[in-house]
Amino acid sequence: MGYTLAFEAISPIANTQVATGSFAYLWLLIALPLIGALVLLLGGSRTNSFGPLLAVLMPATSFGFAVYLWLQMLGLPKELRSQNLVLFEWINIGSFQVPFGFQLDPLSMSFVLLITGVGSLIHIYSLGYMDHDPGKRRFFGYLNLFVAAMLLLVLADNYLLLYVGWEGVGLASYLLIGYYQHKPSAAAAAKKAFVVNRVGDVGLSLAIMLMFVAFHTVTFAGISEKAEQGSATVLFLIGIFLLIGAAGKSAQVPLQSWLLDAMEGPTPVSALIHAATMVTAGVYLIVRSNSIYDLSVAAQNAVILVGAVTLLAGAAIGMAKDDIKKALAASTMSQIGYMVLAAGLGPIGYVYAIMHLLTHGFFKAGMFLGAGSVMHAMNDEVDMRKYGALRGIMMITFGTFFVGYLAILGVPPFAGFYSKDLIIEAAFDRSIIAGVATLLGAGITAFYMSRLILMTFFSNKRWEDDAHPHESGLTMTIPMVVLAIGSVSSGFLLTYNDALKSWLAPVTGYQTPEPPIAIPVLIAITLATVLLGVLVAVKLYLKEAARVAPTDVSIFTKAARKDLYGDAINEAVFMRGGQQVVNATTAVDNSVVEGSVNFIGRITLGLSSLVRATQTGYTRNYALAMLIGVALLLLLAAIVRL
Amino acid sequence: MDVTNYVILAAILFSIGAVGVLVRRNAIVMFMSIELMLNAANLAFVAFAQANGTFDGQVVAFFVMVVAAAEVVIGLAIIMAIFRTRKTASIDEANLLRA
Repeated sequence: MGYTLAFEAISPIANTQVATGSFAYLWLLIALPLIGALVLLLGGSRTNSFGPLLAVLMPATSFGFAVYLWLQMLGLPKELRSQNLVLFEWINIGSFQVPFGFQLDPLSMSFVLLITGVGSLIHIYSLGYMDHDPGKRRFFGYLNLFVAAMLLLVLADNYLLLYVGWEGVGLASYLLIGYYQHKPSAAAAAKKAFVVNRVGDVGLSLAIMLMFVAFHTVTFAGISEKAEQGSATVLFLIGIFLLIGAAGKSAQVPLQSWLLDAMEGPTPVSALIHAATMVTAGVYLIVRSNSIYDLSVAAQNAVILVGAVTLLAGAAIGMAKDDIKKALAASTMSQIGYMVLAAGLGPIGYVYAIMHLLTHGFFKAGMFLGAGSVMHAMNDEVDMRKYGALRGIMMITFGTFFVGYLAILGVPPFAGFYSKDLIIEAAFDRSIIAGVATLLGAGITAFYMSRLILMTFFSNKRWEDDAHPHESGLTMTIPMVVLAIGSVSSGFLLTYNDALKSWLAPVTGYQTPEPPIAIPVLIAITLATVLLGVLVAVKLYLKEAARVAPTDVSIFTKAARKDLYGDAINEAVFMRGGQQVVNATTAVDNSVVEGSVNFIGRITLGLSSLVRATQTGYTRNYALAMLIGVALLLLLAAIVRL
Repeated sequence: MDVTNYVILAAILFSIGAVGVLVRRNAIVMFMSIELMLNAANLAFVAFAQANGTFDGQVVAFFVMVVAAAEVVIGLAIIMAIFRTRKTASIDEANLLRA
């Protein structure tokens, strides 16, 4: 364990270097996958032959370069690690100045390694998974576009450029969820994800506007320098708006509804975008905005609340889902809830949030790839009630999945043990309620993940008649094995000698948690809770599972099957409410706006019918009018003695 | 002779012409009334020209005659066209432009 028993508090170091040497080429990290995306998407069918290979090569090259930069950075002293590279002045209007600049510091470096590393593995996996798909060039193009946008998001040195990447990943996510265009459900899911994300994006844009109004800057360095000058209200509002943005992207309550439907996309997409990277962007945003949250306890509490509610809601949904991908998606929601909660704890939690994010990136991506491998073997069946007893047939898939399972449960010494346990400790330091929520979440996680793995790999055969399961090819199993190795070792490596803590603390700050319960006791309680969850699942599902989901279930199960009525609430409150608003405004438009225009029209019509009476069509009337007119003019002339 | 008498005569002729235009319905008679008004104006022009000892008014009188001739040509052509279609020269029958 990586505990430091002595209390320790590290403040962030506000110091950025102008990037020199190889750091001056860090834009290549983004440019490579972007070139891949452009070649594949603009090149058309003539890139069909080499396109997928090129698409794999680009992020892999980025990963190689990122590792090189990482080694360079490790060689630098702590206070010189934050590299800033301004390519050009992007916006310069009066007092509003935004550079087109990148910032590579330990925090963004961690993300770059995760995105390019896991991204490259999933590109390789996709070579096997999408082999038979006629549109795979388009798929790989979108995937490269996603990697480029995600790298832009984490490398931007200001909130506005981050916003560009933020929207870019949203676009890539939309395109990839709706990749199976012929399925109306996929198209609807893509639209839903886009619309719900839009709500979050409004929050983020409001936060950026407020930052500019309050601090006259949107760069990370500028904000952390000036944040202390902000009033409590401004800081709280910025924190809340950033939280709305984070909730939209990271599928946190109340903007969680899109993530489960997003599973309509191809499984590698679910693994890369909707488990390992994009959905963690919200956590990145909160940790990156540490200078704001450190100054507003109220905003921190809001973040903790959202995280705690989401981790329990996601776990509750996960217990009832029979669709393997949706169960994993609910689990993702829940695990990101842990990260958000940890990020809301302030300097105590930032490092743990990122640690859990990294370990989760390994084990959840690994499990998603495992789920894809199972689907591949079972004719794209996603219903776990049609699986069962697959462990003997798909040895590698089962092995890697089982490692990921142990990691998410937090069984020592797998990755989740280090990261999740530290979050539970930190949560108890802040409040008992938050601590109990994380503890409860750990127990429920153990139950639904055990249920998932038992129904898929153990239990009785419930296959469809035409199912002939087989192990997947090497392009698919090798990435799974690599991710499994990460799931085993990453937790230990990140905590060994306080590696991640001393790496990130100069950016985020750090403080040792001091939970009111002794740490070994807390670990024991956590493990006992987890064991309880596993045992309940084993009792229920080890022997056999029903082939058809039972219908005589409790209202809790019914609610969880319907995503805790998230869609129903959205429909009742926002959709119906929106319709009411539209009806009301239509009525106002018809009666007031259109009414007043019509009123003016009718007035003119009435006046003109009066005037029309003078137009008799009799020449003598016109002649008389002329005569009178002339007489009047002459009279006037006489009066004024013209 | 005093110019006032000519002006009074011109005013009387003009008034007769104006009343004729207003009260008569026959297009031909209306035209004659208009000619009467024009000639009343001519009379006034000539009378003032004589009184002032210049030719300006007399020149204008010739212009008026030319304009009146042109006007009669066009006007009679219109009246003929109306008469051919409507078999009447009554101006009240030509009221299709009424709103």
